[in-house]
Amino acid sequence: MRKMRSHSASWRAAAALASVLLVGSVAACGNSDTGGGGTKDDGKITMGFSQVGAESGWRTANTISIKEAATAAGIELKFDDAQQKQENQIKAIRNYIQQKVDVIAFSPVVESGWDTVLKEAKDAKIPVILTDRSVDSADKSLYKTFLGSDFVKEGRLAGEWLVEQKKTASGPVNIVELQGSTGAAPANDRKKGFGEAIAANPNLKVIASQTGDFTRAGGKQVMEQFLKANKQIDVLFAHNDDMGLGALEAITAAGKVPGKDITIITIDAVKDGMQALADGKFNFIAECSPLLGPQLMDLAKKVKAGQEVPARIETEETTFTQAQAKEALPNRKY
Amino acid sequence: MNDTMSRYRTMTGHRLFWPAAVLFVMLAANTIYRPGFLSIELKDGHLYGTPIDILRLSAPLILVALGMTLVISTGGIDLSVGSLCAISGAIACMYISKQPDQNSVGVVVTALAMAMGVSLVLGAWNGVLVAVIGIQPIIATLILMVAGRGLAQLITEGQIITINSEPYRAIGLGHALTLPLAIFIALAAALLVAAFTRRTALGMIIESVGGNATASRLAGIRSGRVIFLAYVISAACAAVAGFMMTANVSSADGNAAGLWVELDAILAVVIGGTSLAGGRFFLSGTIIGALIIQTLTTTVYAMDISPQTSLLFKAVVVIAVCLIQAPAFRARFSRRRRHAPPPAAIADKPKEQVPA
Repeated sequence: MRKMRSHSASWRAAAALASVLLVGSVAACGNSDTGGGGTKDDGKITMGFSQVGAESGWRTANTISIKEAATAAGIELKFDDAQQKQENQIKAIRNYIQQKVDVIAFSPVVESGWDTVLKEAKDAKIPVILTDRSVDSADKSLYKTFLGSDFVKEGRLAGEWLVEQKKTASGPVNIVELQGSTGAAPANDRKKGFGEAIAANPNLKVIASQTGDFTRAGGKQVMEQFLKANKQIDVLFAHNDDMGLGALEAITAAGKVPGKDITIITIDAVKDGMQALADGKFNFIAECSPLLGPQLMDLAKKVKAGQEVPARIETEETTFTQAQAKEALPNRKY
Repeated sequence: MNDTMSRYRTMTGHRLFWPAAVLFVMLAANTIYRPGFLSIELKDGHLYGTPIDILRLSAPLILVALGMTLVISTGGIDLSVGSLCAISGAIACMYISKQPDQNSVGVVVTALAMAMGVSLVLGAWNGVLVAVIGIQPIIATLILMVAGRGLAQLITEGQIITINSEPYRAIGLGHALTLPLAIFIALAAALLVAAFTRRTALGMIIESVGGNATASRLAGIRSGRVIFLAYVISAACAAVAGFMMTANVSSADGNAAGLWVELDAILAVVIGGTSLAGGRFFLSGTIIGALIIQTLTTTVYAMDISPQTSLLFKAVVVIAVCLIQAPAFRARFSRRRRHAPPPAAIADKPKEQVPA
């Protein structure tokens, strides 16, 4: 009996170990290119990049852009996927410091807690470039520059387009807003920018504003209730394409025609969103471009050459109307 | 007088009374806030209105919670259901998106069969870890909860897979007899589970295993097999819920589909009166629990409670529901309130508290 019990106990331990190893190996799948020794000194720039993860189509396009731009610019890229975890990013950055790369770039998972590791990079005289998201370090000398979208501007562009469209409107224009995840920088900033822009016309009023968590299902569920609670909705402003796409279904189910009965403005310009815009279901999209690879490689070269770069660089972005979307759609990468 | 009093007690003593009362109060509050909340109209031959939305949106949660009820009643817990929803939806949508004719019923059936097959295997994996190898359920299913979401993203290649398939869309948005099809699917699953557990000895066996697995085994019940089965059923329920979630938006999002649904399901089970310690379960309670959770979410949107305060609002309501549900809390409350009544009434009270 005792023998049997110890047998089954060791079985259990082995199985537990096996499952832990399995999880470990799945988690480790994304961590490639972090190993290896120091870099050769052949004049070629080596960049260590730590990505947030692969949580959306936007992020995937961002990763592809960075990888392609590095190849095109002749920069050796060491890429790491942090799987949404700050400790993974810190580990990757320490790895890059040890390997003495020329430039470190990363999209911080969260805003705070970077001072120590950034200080280590600074002490090792490795310049750091932030992409897409910023950090809240008080010491701005810890990183060279921050390359990313201006979310407030995106919201403002969306708002300004609406103000232009509705400048002849005599009565009130009822707007509903689908916010991104509560507390997320893009949600806060887009709301702010949009609000500032539409303040130019007192007829434009946001009558309801709820979070749809940046997802299609969320956008749909919230829009269903907006449509039932408010008799007259003229405009929908969604903080990203996906929520807008979800809302389309709710609007159709309510017997209304999206793009005609309700003007739809979104932000991002991912492929499905652009398709909806080209099909006349959306009316306007302010782009939030993930294709910052070429700009990043350019910056890396400048920083390596010791040139001064501005502390804040905006991603090159544009806006799309329905006609522009039809034109741009065939060449859209993401 | 005594008769009405005892009838009142029998009614409030019923285990479904308090969850149903909470649901009723929530609907009433919404109707007061917006008189049109409960109104239903006919649009394009379907019923259209907020109550219909609540029923349709709670269908996936009801399914997940049904499976969770069985697992919890064996004394276990299944944290992997959210990831399983994402996986099943991802497999089905991925397969359909690769086919030339997405509207073919054959394609959709194949997709569903494939996704269901994988989900059953994953459910069996959970079952083996818990029932055969004996790992703590919370740890065993945590493995798939974490790894499963990665797997779903691997299947969708980190993208949101959009499909254009009418038959698949029908699972989430189709109608039958003017009502959403999803409601009937959830109802059918509930009846099926109820028939298997309450019309046969299976329910009692599950409860006895949850009460004491060793004693049940000594009494001749194959406890391991029953526990294994519970995890497989839970996975099957999650798979169907995953179909509904993805069909609802005609797209599979490996990252967001079914996110945190396991927590909502556990909450629905608890609100429904099933003990987390295992040993007894109430399917009807679980269904009301799921409806309460969906009504709560819809209330936040319908009343346009600001996103910053909505989490707090939900927390307060959930705490209130759980307290009202707890017999110990009710007993303490009523004892304090009924300090004045004659001794006769007090004398027979402890008897009333026992069954609760």
